Amino acid sequence: MRTRTIGALVGALVFAAAGSVMAQEDKVVLKDAPGKDKTMQCIACHSVDYIPMNASFLNKAGWTAEVNKMINVFGAPIPKTDVEEIATYLTQNYGVGPAK
Amino acid sequence: MKKYPMGTLGSESRRRLLAGVAGVGALVAFGTGRALAAPLGGSAALGLAEIPDGTLAEQLLYALPGKVPLIKKSFRPPNFETPIQYFRTPITRNDAFFVRWHLAGIPELKAQDYALTVGGESADREVKFTLDQMKKDFKAVEITAVCQCSGNRRGLFQPHVAGVEWGVGAMGNAVWRGVRLRDLLAQAGLKGNALEVVLNGAETPVIDKTPDFVKSLPLDVALDENTIVAYEMNGKPLPHWNGGPARLIVPGWTGTYWTKQFVSAKVVSKPEGNFWMSTAYRVPRDKYKMRHFTSQFGHPNEPITTMVVNSLVTSIQSGQRIARGKPIPVKGIAWDSGAGIDRVEVSTDYGASWHKAKLGKDLGRFSFREFALELPTHDSGAVLVMARATSKSGETQTEQLVFNPAGYHHNVMQRIYVEVV
Repeated sequence: MRTRTIGALVGALVFAAAGSVMAQEDKVVLKDAPGKDKTMQCIACHSVDYIPMNASFLNKAGWTAEVNKMINVFGAPIPKTDVEEIATYLTQNYGVGPAK
Repeated sequence: MKKYPMGTLGSESRRRLLAGVAGVGALVAFGTGRALAAPLGGSAALGLAEIPDGTLAEQLLYALPGKVPLIKKSFRPPNFETPIQYFRTPITRNDAFFVRWHLAGIPELKAQDYALTVGGESADREVKFTLDQMKKDFKAVEITAVCQCSGNRRGLFQPHVAGVEWGVGAMGNAVWRGVRLRDLLAQAGLKGNALEVVLNGAETPVIDKTPDFVKSLPLDVALDENTIVAYEMNGKPLPHWNGGPARLIVPGWTGTYWTKQFVSAKVVSKPEGNFWMSTAYRVPRDKYKMRHFTSQFGHPNEPITTMVVNSLVTSIQSGQRIARGKPIPVKGIAWDSGAGIDRVEVSTDYGASWHKAKLGKDLGRFSFREFALELPTHDSGAVLVMARATSKSGETQTEQLVFNPAGYHHNVMQRIYVEVV
């Protein structure tokens, strides 16, 4: 019984702690630029630190492929009509080469 | 007393070295003195190519609950790397062990609520085991084994490839305690057509359309005496962040097969075809020396399976100064997929001659193996220290990167400059 109580307590602590990790990701702020709003759709599935982590070596084709992978493979709920704007934002702010 | 040839670099040899032999990592490390103020989690200071600029700028130290501060790659799903100082012991502490999750739906599983279901179309029956039943009804075994993310050192790839940009610390070595998967499978009974065992953890995607993280193993690997369902790590209950209450341990194989929060094993007669097996975690066919997972062969690729031989020098950094006459301490760890480490050698003359380091205690063929060698110094100047491990099956580390698009199997030897002054 005692073990069970401690187990429940530990469970609750881990849960609360996971919440605080979630709060940390609010400190990850993407650069303010046109296209940021649409890019923020990414937070449906993951923290946006994945974006600066992958700066700055992807060109427009590379970022476009990443966004399409998220939609086509991982089922990201992002309209296909937003891909161009998101890829342009990512290339301009976190990529290399021309964004247009 | 044994004499070691020491390379002291004149301007000509330095130019030659920077032009070709040493590669980008040494160039970055040596070029600007940057290594003296080595960035958090940077790999240039270790004599390897540097991780991407964006990664260096974004990552920080952050302590998950129950962990020491680790190098944050991403918060959600949580991906955290072990800083190099924790690799100065052959066993990696639980609270410093790296954290890697694919999907953000990570439940808080209590030990008393945990159960593993074993069944599938090629099993005679479905059996469910609670943690208490595993501990009570089956023989417990212990094994020391390296858990290394397939993408460890992805950030060092040149050209860079997209993904979690790991440095050198997406790995750890621990003593795992649990029960053999084959003992559990025997309770379910195997049909003659059994081909693979499909593994699933409690981790789930946050949206329905994302493929659940499901892996499979060849039947013979699932039945191997070293493949265990572990509930203890270094004598403590398996931490939540490392897949507690119980995870699969597949010694020699990369971490992708070490299913965390392991709740389902299905014996099947056909190759598992989901995204994580058929598309992700693949390398070009026959490019690497590793176990072949033949039922998963595709064209022109195959799944990553076992680890390649590798080592990590943890005692010196590029740009470090050593007083002339004092030895350069070369210490670190080496590992492979289970043949065991035969030798670790060090060169200070750009690979012309190699000197064997002394190996530490043998903790088992799947474990980190410590090595140490003191290199005497005679003249002042820059010295390039190279280190390479060779396994008992004769595999050795590569001089140049063997590229693959997903960023796996980086085992390029380190080239560390120290300044003898």
